[in-house]
This record gives sequence, structure tokens and C-alpha cells, in this order.
Amino acid sequence: MFTQELLDKSSIMRKKWEDEVKKVIAKNADQKPRWTTVSDLEIRRLYGPEDIQNIDFEKDIGYPGQYPFLRGNQVTGYRGKYWTFRMFSGMGSAEETNKRWHYLLNSGQTGLSTAFDFPTLMGYDTDAHEARGECGKCGVAIDTIDDFQKLIDGIPLDKITTSMTINPPATILWAMYCASAQLRGVPLDKIGGTIQNDMLKEFIAQKTLMCPPEPSVKLISDTVEFGTKFVPRWNTISISGYHIREAGATAVQELAFTLRDGMEYVEDVIRRKGLHVDEFAPRLSFFFNAHIDFFEEIAKLRAARRIWAKAMRERYGSKDERSWWMRFHTQTAGCSLTAQQPYNNVIRTAVEALAAVLGGTQSLHTNSLDEVLCLPSEHAVQIALRTQQILAEETGVVNTIDPLAGSYFIEALTNEMEEQAWDYIHRIDDMGGMVKAIERGFPQLEISDAAYKYQRQIDSCEKIMIGINKYNVDEEVEIPFVEIDDTVEKEQVERLQAVKRKRDSRHVAECLKDIKQACEKGENVMPYCIEAVKAYASVQEICDVYREVYGVYRDPGIY
Amino acid sequence: MSSGKIRILLAKPGLDGHDRGAKVLARTFRDAGYEVIYTGCHQTPEMIAAAAIQEDVDVVGLSCLSGAHNYLYPAVVNLLREQGADDIEVIGGGIIPDKDMQGLYDAGLKALFTPGATLDSIVDWINANITPRK
Repeated sequence: MFTQELLDKSSIMRKKWEDEVKKVIAKNADQKPRWTTVSDLEIRRLYGPEDIQNIDFEKDIGYPGQYPFLRGNQVTGYRGKYWTFRMFSGMGSAEETNKRWHYLLNSGQTGLSTAFDFPTLMGYDTDAHEARGECGKCGVAIDTIDDFQKLIDGIPLDKITTSMTINPPATILWAMYCASAQLRGVPLDKIGGTIQNDMLKEFIAQKTLMCPPEPSVKLISDTVEFGTKFVPRWNTISISGYHIREAGATAVQELAFTLRDGMEYVEDVIRRKGLHVDEFAPRLSFFFNAHIDFFEEIAKLRAARRIWAKAMRERYGSKDERSWWMRFHTQTAGCSLTAQQPYNNVIRTAVEALAAVLGGTQSLHTNSLDEVLCLPSEHAVQIALRTQQILAEETGVVNTIDPLAGSYFIEALTNEMEEQAWDYIHRIDDMGGMVKAIERGFPQLEISDAAYKYQRQIDSCEKIMIGINKYNVDEEVEIPFVEIDDTVEKEQVERLQAVKRKRDSRHVAECLKDIKQACEKGENVMPYCIEAVKAYASVQEICDVYREVYGVYRDPGIY
Repeated sequence: MSSGKIRILLAKPGLDGHDRGAKVLARTFRDAGYEVIYTGCHQTPEMIAAAAIQEDVDVVGLSCLSGAHNYLYPAVVNLLREQGADDIEVIGGGIIPDKDMQGLYDAGLKALFTPGATLDSIVDWINANITPRK
């Protein structure tokens, strides 16, 4: 990157600086012996030209819209289009959630993102024994398309994109969305959105589990195939690192495991469905965490773009540039927030959001200050949304593309993270792939190690969290609490029972039989799911078919 | 006076899959010299009570972050009592609003550890309050 003359000059100047450093330290020691990121990656006191001298400008850095896309996919950057302001949202009943969604849209949000409650996430109906006490508490309760249509009431499906955080039952919730569009006369090739639908990270981290890995990946392939053929504007997988990071992974682990998960899906779809990589890869999307260490996150996101581009072109022989792009949503880190002094969370979220923007995210959710304790209040979620809007409209960070490119520190850190991520990726390759690695507990144990180490570092004050182990206060400020009370569950059960009374049970039974046969024959389940949900089959009724055919996977409790 | 190890069943009741805290505690308790049985996620109260009795533990630790604790935690306590195992103490952690804590204590939970609790403070409490029954 630099001429030998410059490097020689720099070497002399650096030596002078290092000598001065030694003198100062002799009298005024550093405040602590190690200076690390939140992931415990050691950072140097200073970065200079020598730290990036081996970078090849053309091959490694380049320009936006040019392989390997370090500086971004979009040639006009945020000037052309800001990232989507997409707030993850769901609470209580479909009707209540719909109200919150309209509030967010009226407040300037530009995309929808669905948070479901645990029964829905786990493929249970509200009246299941397993669902007792859980209805609506951390997201919206959806049992049938009757609820779903209330959820999207007044939402123009051909004008706005909707993300749904849903994994084992993804086929079913997506079927509800597709069916709802069809019922409204909106053709499937006009609707856009994302289903998270990433089971590998469930086994690794988020743990919404249902069927074993093999059939889970098969169902994902079904959605990719269906989307490729019929719903071209839909991102059928949101290959996620957010949850991996929340489980305690380091930034490098988040990067490596997410990208290796993506590679596993690519290989599976090619093998199982016989599709060419460029037929479906442009619709793969990603989802990363924006944690509190500012520069580590920016470097991580840049490294992610470069790794994926290389994997797609070199490893999978992709020829279409759109397959090389890494498009991602980001969420600020829930695990970085504190229940103590919760207003401090506004600052944390703002810094994290800024990192996501400087990392070039296509879409962003910012946590509300109260989400450590409950679903966000209107007031708190407004502040979170305004955070994004202030970044976009007031701070000037959108004026120029990838502003930190060329920084000795950022380029060195990006390189380092990419290198470490490839190490992990190759180790998982050697294990036979991600499914095999999960079976032997490899990513899970790496994450457990990192989580345990971090907690010990917090407890020993080696790492600081304000309000937890420094600047604590005795009297905590009270903040308003969103409560989902038990009447929500009662009313939802009544609604579900009413739907079941009114529907044509024989037709439902036939639809479920069709799904079962499709599963047994290895056919694509999506068309049958769409028919079933139109007939008011419930989430659990369809999931029980999957459980019956594919078996039930139980969390092995690896720690 | 018993000189045996404390046996603890760590469980995640309900559908919540956020197991980072439970897993960190499993290691902490192992390092503290307890015999640890970790059930993994998605345990019903019935499964937890049955496991606690079968494994003959001294204490059950529950972890739930989904907001369903008001139903799930007392359910575990009640099932243990019904099956004559009320000498097994039940403690809990997770996302538990202050206003819910007294209700859980009234239902029979002996201790609740919420965000910010240090690992040592939990071990100290258990060492001070739980006697190995064997």
C-alpha cells in the first residue's frame, strides 16, 4: 500500500514515539494492563502505515459496488437510500400489535418487523399446555390466519416490506403472509419481506427448536425454492449472527459462525434442490448484532462483506454480482443494556446504531431503553426510532460512503477479524460442515466459553458496565412498564376456539394430510401450507405434522 | 451434619430459549464444587419436578426470561410440595420485575437473582442457605 520511502520515514517517527511512550509510562502507568474490545480482542495503542502495508488496494479495498465490496454494495451509498428503519415489534394480541405498527409507521419507520410470542415461535397454539403463561408476553400471539389478518390490517403489502422473526414455523407464518396477500389480490411477485428461517443458529444459540437439523434444513430449502420461483422479492433466509452474539459469542465467532451457516445453506440448496447458486443467492440476507465496542463492530461488518463476496465467487463459482453482495439487517445489542439506570441504554443504543451505519447496514432496529425489562413502551420506542432518524438527518454520517476506509486502525482490524473468521470457517469445514459441528457441540461450547469468561471479567471488574460494576446507585429510577396481563391469553384462547368452531374441519384435516404426504415424499411443503392456512389450520396443527414426520429435537443442555 | 456436595438442578421452564445465564451458572456451580444437573431448555414444570425428585437434588434453580415466571415458578414449587418433596428448595433468576418478586417469595421461592447479580453472590447464598441432604 505504501512506498518503501514512506515506510522508512514512518519507522523512524514511530520509534521516536515509542521511546516517548516508554518515558511517560515510567512515570504514569496506563490505567489498566490490557486494552481490549468487549470480545476481549487486544487493540494496539496506535496503528500506522506498517499495520496495513501488505494490503492490496485493488484486491482488498477497492470501491463500492466492486468486488469484494468492502466499501459497500450500493454505488451511491446512503445518498440513494437510507437504511430501512425497521423496528422489531410485537405485543399481546394481533390487534394491539397492529396498533403499535401503525404508530411506528406514522412515526417514520420505513419497514416492518414482527416479534412473535413464544408459543408461536415454538409452534404451539395458545391453548397448548406448554404455552401456559406465555401468550403475548414477548411478542404477538398468532394461532391462525384469522389473527394474522388482524395483524396486517391496513398495511399495504405491495408497498412495504415485512420481516418476520420466525424459525421452526417459518413455512407456516410465511404461508399466512402469502395467503393474506393472495386473498387481498396482491400477487406473490409483488410482496417483499424476510423470514428469519435460520435453524442452524437456533441449534447454536436462539434455541427455538422443533425438529432435528436435517429436516429443519430441508424445510428451509423448500422456502428458498418456493421464493426463487414465486416470490422473487422475498428474502427467504436471514442468516443470523445477532443471537449467536447475544448468547455470549465474540465478534469473530459471530462473524465466522454466521457466514459458515450461510455457506451450509448454499451447499444444501444446491445439493438438495439442484438450483444453480445464482438462482437463489441474491435473495439470501444476513442479520448482525451491533454491540457496544464501536470499532470492532464496524470492522466486523466490513469483514463480513468481504468474506461473503469471496465465498460466493471463489468457493461457489457464482457469476452474478448480486450473489456476491452481502445485504444485512442489524440490531443493536440487547445484552449490552442494563436494567440498572435504564436511561443509560439510550446512549448505548445510539453508539451501537452509529457503528451499524458506519458499517453500512441496509436495515436497522434500535433497542428501546426499557427492553431489558419488558416490551417497549410507546415513548421508549419513539426515542429508539428517533435515534436512527437523527443519525440519518442530522449527523452527516450519511454524506459519504464508508467514511472509515483507509483508516490504519479500521483496515487493520477488518483484516484481523477476517483472518480469524476464516480460521473458524476452515475448522468447521474440517469437521464436515456446520451440521456436523453442531452435532458435536463445537460452536455451542465456543460460545459457552466466551460467555463464561466475559461474566467472570465483569464480576472481577476487568470489564466495566456502568451501573453494574461502576458508578452504581442505590436508588433506582422507576420507569413505566408495559405489561401483558393474563386476559390476553384468555381472550386469545377464546378466539382460537371460535375459529375452530366456524371452520370446515374436514377440509383442514385434508390439508394437514396433504402436508404430511408432502413431507414424507420430500416434496416442497409451501403450496400445501398456503392451502392449509387458508382453511384456518393453526400453527400447532401444521407443526405437529412436522413433529410427527420428522421427529422432535430436544435441547441437549450443553454447557 | 452432611459433608456431601450440594446437588443442584438447573432448569429452564417454559418456552424461553435464552440460556446464556443458565449455562454460565452451570459452569459456575460446577467450579464451586456442586453436582450440577442442567436440564436444557423447554422443560414443563412437571418435567422439572420429576427430574428434581429423581435426581434427589438439594435445590432447583429456575431461569426464565420470557415473562412467564409468575405461572411457571410457583407451578414448580407446588408440584414439588404435592409430591412430598418440599425439602427441595427452589430459587430463580431471569427477567423478573421488582413488583413480581414478593408474589414469587409468597409462592415459596427462596431467593431470586436478577440482572446484575454476581456469580459469587449466588454461590455464597447457596453455600449459606442450602444444606446437602446426603
